[in-house]
Formats: sequence, structure tokens, C-alpha cells
Amino acid sequence: MCGIVGLYLKNPKLQPKLGELFKPMLIEMTSRGPDSAGVAIYRNPAKKGFTKFSLAHDDAKFGWKKLSTALKTATKKQVSVQQIGNHAIITTNAKEEAVTAWLREHHKDVRIVGSGQAIEIFKETGLPEKVYEKFDLAKAKGSHIIGHTRMATESAVTTAGSHPFATGADLCLVHNGSLSNHNRLRENLKREGLEFQTENDTEVAAAYMTWKLRQGSSLKQTLEDGIKDLDGFYTFCVGTHDGFAVVRDPIACKHAVLAETDDWVAMATEFRAIAHLPGADKAKIWEPAPQTIYNWGGH
Amino acid sequence: MIEIDLEKEGVRGVNSRLHSLPKDTNERHWLVKNPMGQHAIACGLDAPITVEIAGHAGFYCGGMNKQAEVIVHGHAGPGVAENMMSGIVRVDGNASQSAGATGNGGLLVIKGDAASRCGISMKGIDIVVGGSVGHMSAFMAQRGHLVVLGDAGEALGDSIYEARLYVRGKVTSLGADCIEKQMTEHHLAKLARFLDQAEIKANPHDFRRYGSARKLYNFNIDHADAY
Repeated sequence: MCGIVGLYLKNPKLQPKLGELFKPMLIEMTSRGPDSAGVAIYRNPAKKGFTKFSLAHDDAKFGWKKLSTALKTATKKQVSVQQIGNHAIITTNAKEEAVTAWLREHHKDVRIVGSGQAIEIFKETGLPEKVYEKFDLAKAKGSHIIGHTRMATESAVTTAGSHPFATGADLCLVHNGSLSNHNRLRENLKREGLEFQTENDTEVAAAYMTWKLRQGSSLKQTLEDGIKDLDGFYTFCVGTHDGFAVVRDPIACKHAVLAETDDWVAMATEFRAIAHLPGADKAKIWEPAPQTIYNWGGH
Repeated sequence: MIEIDLEKEGVRGVNSRLHSLPKDTNERHWLVKNPMGQHAIACGLDAPITVEIAGHAGFYCGGMNKQAEVIVHGHAGPGVAENMMSGIVRVDGNASQSAGATGNGGLLVIKGDAASRCGISMKGIDIVVGGSVGHMSAFMAQRGHLVVLGDAGEALGDSIYEARLYVRGKVTSLGADCIEKQMTEHHLAKLARFLDQAEIKANPHDFRRYGSARKLYNFNIDHADAY
């Protein structure tokens, strides 16, 4: 099962309402994924030279301020922190690799769930509505957002196994389906130096894309190569710095629907998630074709 | 016309009202408001009524229909009119995958495009698509007709039995045992009738006909190694 949803606002006037518009979309997909939920929202781009890290810790009382002070001392760079639920957004002008290495050394229990200029990722076990409340997303402003409601089939119900999975700077992936060659691919990617937090199949797809992008492939090329190298059933929605992309496997039996108006583009596993958006009744609606990359925004 | 608000009554409420109608009912014209992409709207109807759906429908809309005319004023999700027995289902917009799947009878008209697997395992339904159909359409189609005004995707009519396929546009590829067949006066007349019933204007002479080569019907000892 699983439900995936994405909303990209073409009309900037709607940006203050992004979280409010997206809420019923995610909640409508609860019956497809009541185990856990996650969203990646693109908002408040960091200043040039700065990176935002989305971090998570199992303990809601974890001392994020202490961590940020220690990081500041260690890197001798600017660091600011904002705690949201059991996640925190750390913004810093320190080098990304330095921050990652420092976190690995000093805080193994802190998970890096995403990083980039604009992306913020929040994910947690529990009903989508509760997850949405926990991270105060209804009031969120931003340009686009993708989300996932999970009914686990391939691996355990854990926060780490929830989607979205980060695939590189400002990129992330949500997935409906199951991959059949993820174990082999994971071993191959480990040899290429990629690290894994879970046994989850989608994390392998995310790592695969990270690896391709690191080698200099464009997003389009990465997705095209993914169609060849990832075996299984999938509809992917990929969040990018300024938009999102949708791609389906050659058989395309995992549901997906796209809808577009002058104001927004939305994708969902089922149309009922999109039906709540203003103007959905007049939208152009179609099922995305297999092996075809649909994307909005740049890249 | 009797209006029902699906948002207030829910899918079950709407469907049970339509199911409870006697076959000689005078309440013959219904409008379902606020469908909001919900699933199984107007499923399992069995009365000569018209049900209009004022918006987009979710999965399996008009499934198992008998006698009724179901009109979707918008998009229809996966499996529209699946297993229809008789009657008509009309979709003003596009349809998602598996439209008319396993349909036994009746007419399904999709004004826009239908996605993959349109008419999969059809058993007597007639389907007219104003736009194009996706891959694996009419897969294992046993009986009935699929008329496509646009193009057909990969593997059209794979493992087809006795259904007849008419396509006006391009066919990406034909599936196993599906071949192009001669269009006779008899076929042209039948095709003209389907287009007429679907209220779609097109010249039957512009279509090509496809059907079964009938080579997969029986076990062939010469192919034993391939099994």
C-alpha cells in the first residue's frame, strides 16, 4: 500500500497557505498508510553559503541547543537551531561534510534526515494527522511539499524507515511500491561508499539516486538510469530544490494521478487526496504514463 | 432530477439509496454532488435509471452496472465500469488504468484518454475511447469491442481471444497473438453503430481492425520447449 502526495504551487500568492492546502491531501491517504507519515517541505531558503540540516532524535527532550553550541565551537562557524517536535533544523555556514562527520563522531543517535538550502524533512511513526500536528505543518508556508503515508511491507515500522528519504542536497524521494533487487543494489552501493540506516528498499533507491547525482548525472538522467537499474513496482515522487518529479516503473500498476491548474500541480496515489484543493473540480487530470519523467520547476 | 450530496450521505448512503430503487421506479434521474474522488460510486446498480456524477470519481465507479446509465462529469479513477453487465457508463474526462476491466456487457464511453490495461480481460463489453489508450490494453480480451480514436500503447491485445479492436491512430506494438485483420462491410457497419451510440463523430473507414491470430488457443506440441 502506502500513499504518496505532492503539491507544487505555481502561483506564489498561495505560498502562505501551503501547509493548510496540503493537510487534507496527506490525511486523506491515511487509509493507505496508517503506520507512519513524513513530509518534505521547501521553505525559507538559507542564505548563500549556508546549509539547513534536518535532524531527528528519538528522545523528544534531546538537547538541541547544547548540540548546536558544541557544533559552533567545533566548526568555528555560525550555527542556529530551531526545534520542531523531535526534529531540529540546524542552519550553518560550516561545510556539509564537516557537520556530517562531527555529528557521526559526537552524536551517533542523531539521524540526519535531509539537508539542503530549502528542504526540511519531518517523519515519524503514527497516524498522518498526528504527525502533521506534531511538526506544526498546518501553518507552514513554502513553495512545494511532498508527503508519504506508510503501510510497511518491506521492513519495520520505525521513524528511520519512514519516508521521505533524502537523496542529496535539497532532493528527497517518496515511494509507493516495493523493489525486488534492493538487497543486491544495497551491497553494490555500500562498496561505492554509501551508508544505510535501515533495511528499507526505498532507502536503497534514494542512495542510488544520491550516488548517480554525486557522479554528476542530471536529475533527469538519474531518473532515466533508475528505470533501468531499479527492479520492482514503484511510483516515485521526487522533491527537488524548485519543484518535483514523478516517475513510474514500466508496468505502472502502482496507482498515480496528476492534476494541474494555473495555480498548482498535484500528484497523489488516489485522486481523492487532490479533490480538496481549490479548483480541483476544473483541473486537468490524468494518469502518468509508465517510464516517463514528469517534472515541474527547474532541473 | 433528484440530488444527493455524497459529502453528507457518504458512498454507502448514496449507493444504498440507488440500490433500494425498484426496477419500475419513477425516480429515474439522479445527480450525485460532491463526489470528491471517492471510490465505488454508483456501483452495483440494477435499475433503468440515469445517475450523473457532478465531478471526479475515484476507483471502480459504475462497477458491476446493470441497466443504468452512469455519467461521470470529470475524471474516472482505476477500474471504471469494471465487470459491467449492461447499461452505459460515460466519462467526460480521462480515465485511469483498467477501464472496463472484465466487463461482460454494456457500453463504456471515455471522451478523453484511458490509461494502461483498458479493457483488460473484457468479456463482452463495448468500449469507445475518444482519446488514446495505454499499454497492455485489451490484454486477454475475450469478447466485445474496443474502439480507440487516438493511439494505442505497447502490446495491444496481448493473448487476445475473440474481442475485436478498432484503432484510428498509431499502435505502438501488438501483443502476442494479436494481428491486424481485414475490415469488411460488416465490421464498418458495426463500428459505425458503436460510434453512433457513443455520440462520437468519426469515419469508420479511418480505423484499422485487430484481433486474434488464434495461435495461442490450444497447446502446441511443437512449442513444448517454450513452456
